[in-house]
Amino acid sequence: MGRTIRRLVLLGPGLGWWLAFLVVPLLVVLAYSFFRRGTFGGVVFDFTLDNYVRALDPLYVRVLWFSLRVAVITTLVALLIGYPAAYYIATRPRRWRTPLLVFIILPFWTSFLIRTYAWIVLLNREGLINRPLLNLGIIEQPLPLLYNEFAIVIGLLYGYLPLMILPLYAAIERLNPELREAATNLGARPIKVFFTVTVPLTLTGVAAGCIFVFVPSLGNFIVPDLLGGGRSIMVGNLIQGQFLKARDWPFGATLSLALIALMLLLLVVQARIINRDRPASGNAA
Amino acid sequence: MTVMETWRTGTRGIRSWAAVGMAAVLLVGACTGVASPSPSATQATATPLATPTETPKPSGKIVISNWDLYMPENLLSDFTAETGIEVELALHTTNEDIMGKIEAAAGSGFDIVFVSAPFAEALAKRGWAAKLDKGQLPNSVNLAPEADLLDYDPGNQFSIPYTWGTTGLCYRSDLVSFTPDSWNDLLRPREELKGKITMMATDRWLMLPALLVLGYSINTTDPAELEQAKQLLLEAKKSLLAYDDITFYAKLVSAEALLVEAWDGWCNYGIAENPDIKYVVPKEGSDLWSDTMVILESSTNKPAAHAFLNYVLRPEVGKAVAELVYYKVPNTKAMELVDPALLAQYPNLGMTAAELTQFGQPERDLGDAAPLWAQIVAEITAGQ
Repeated sequence: MGRTIRRLVLLGPGLGWWLAFLVVPLLVVLAYSFFRRGTFGGVVFDFTLDNYVRALDPLYVRVLWFSLRVAVITTLVALLIGYPAAYYIATRPRRWRTPLLVFIILPFWTSFLIRTYAWIVLLNREGLINRPLLNLGIIEQPLPLLYNEFAIVIGLLYGYLPLMILPLYAAIERLNPELREAATNLGARPIKVFFTVTVPLTLTGVAAGCIFVFVPSLGNFIVPDLLGGGRSIMVGNLIQGQFLKARDWPFGATLSLALIALMLLLLVVQARIINRDRPASGNAA
Repeated sequence: MTVMETWRTGTRGIRSWAAVGMAAVLLVGACTGVASPSPSATQATATPLATPTETPKPSGKIVISNWDLYMPENLLSDFTAETGIEVELALHTTNEDIMGKIEAAAGSGFDIVFVSAPFAEALAKRGWAAKLDKGQLPNSVNLAPEADLLDYDPGNQFSIPYTWGTTGLCYRSDLVSFTPDSWNDLLRPREELKGKITMMATDRWLMLPALLVLGYSINTTDPAELEQAKQLLLEAKKSLLAYDDITFYAKLVSAEALLVEAWDGWCNYGIAENPDIKYVVPKEGSDLWSDTMVILESSTNKPAAHAFLNYVLRPEVGKAVAELVYYKVPNTKAMELVDPALLAQYPNLGMTAAELTQFGQPERDLGDAAPLWAQIVAEITAGQ
């Protein structure tokens, strides 16, 4: 009896929070997706599957596909840049690691919006990159750096790179250096040590970092608006537009659920990767 | 910081730092002009907002939601000093934002909200807007007669227009070799303008140029007409630099863009920084947008809310608004007071009520066609 009470006391706040502010709202979202919009906004409680039929319209599938592509490219580039950076930091003498990590998270001290606007200053046709290149005669025409997919990826990459580096750092730092030394002593060359020892043992970090970058990239609507010039929309813009501009909450709820379902699928994939990895890292620890 | 300010305030709100700076200067003037009387004076004299009936003097507190920087800084404090009515100001970034808040609270949460005309219409149709008691708004006689006939709310039964204006072309007269006068200059641009044009992304203004060129109503709900407009806009998208609702005038100042679709008031923020920037209402016409004040039906202090509306309708208050945001106010008496130097610098600020109604049609709520519009807009913005 005392045990049950203790459990309730310990779990209660967290569980209550989770139920009240995640599970219940999600159920509301789910419920709304089966209703329809009233003439002047709002929700009319007529059961319908129309929203789901609409969500399968090639238009929305194409937007989702574009968002996936942008998010995947962003995640891969973040991994390619983030892994060496995290590796470098994790292998520095201990006293250097904290300052280096602080540098990584320093951009978070400024608003995401301001940092995104800064890219407009850099990339625009009259901007800090094009102007000097034009003046020096290196290019004849301004480079198309802004208001395209490239600019969207740059913006997302810049914004979310720290979220890749931090879990990677944690994973690499936790790695017992003796394992690498053992591999080296047994004659493995550095590149082989890296790919057969370090990478497999830090896959958890890779998976976590990828999810941390991928999920917010997929749902972002500010970067496509500002850096993409609104010329190609992502699923986040679509959902925002349904809730705010069209005041079509039921359809917005349906699109949100589609996004949530997709993310859940990816989390399952991530869990699989981690589980596969677990025995190895368990032995290593 | 220009762009940041405007990003936060967002669509149909205002303001560049230039406007704010100007406002600071102008407000000093306004302060002296509209000096708040001492409390004793307020009690002693019958102020213009006192109602002719023997209803008790409005008091208590009201909650207002408005765009940031859309009211002269001293407006609320002067109102409170004079009437004793406390005001709590909430801010919204866009119409959509405040509608979301009202929607989520089933029509409650505020006494007065500032929203654009079609949203005022939607609030009225949802039964969330209070029917205005004109007996408590004696200053509404200051409104231009045209402002009483706008078809989203004929007779201003549920809303009082706060500002109004047109949507047109804003361009760099020093860098464009001709004088734009048609929406076709935007939609089917000459070679020199390709890639140097922006259009607005918010559904109503995204569709507007194409609908006007095709000769359709800007409120059309006909799928065939919308489809035609869509094709035209998809074609236009190829020569577009970007869709931009908030920084288009900054793009003109930097010459990144040379011709943009703009609200007259926002073009003025560009003109403030570069006098070579000019505004024109295209020959095919414009909208006649207005931002309105609506008292919510759920308000528990409607007398105080009416007192506020009546206060804003005073000529000197309207003048301060126009001089702060560079938007026209539909208040004839107020426009007469506006500094002539400003009218010379920003010619569109001097457009008369008759000109406005001749150029433009008000936006209406789209009703059941809203999802169709959203779909068409998504097809345009997602299209290649």
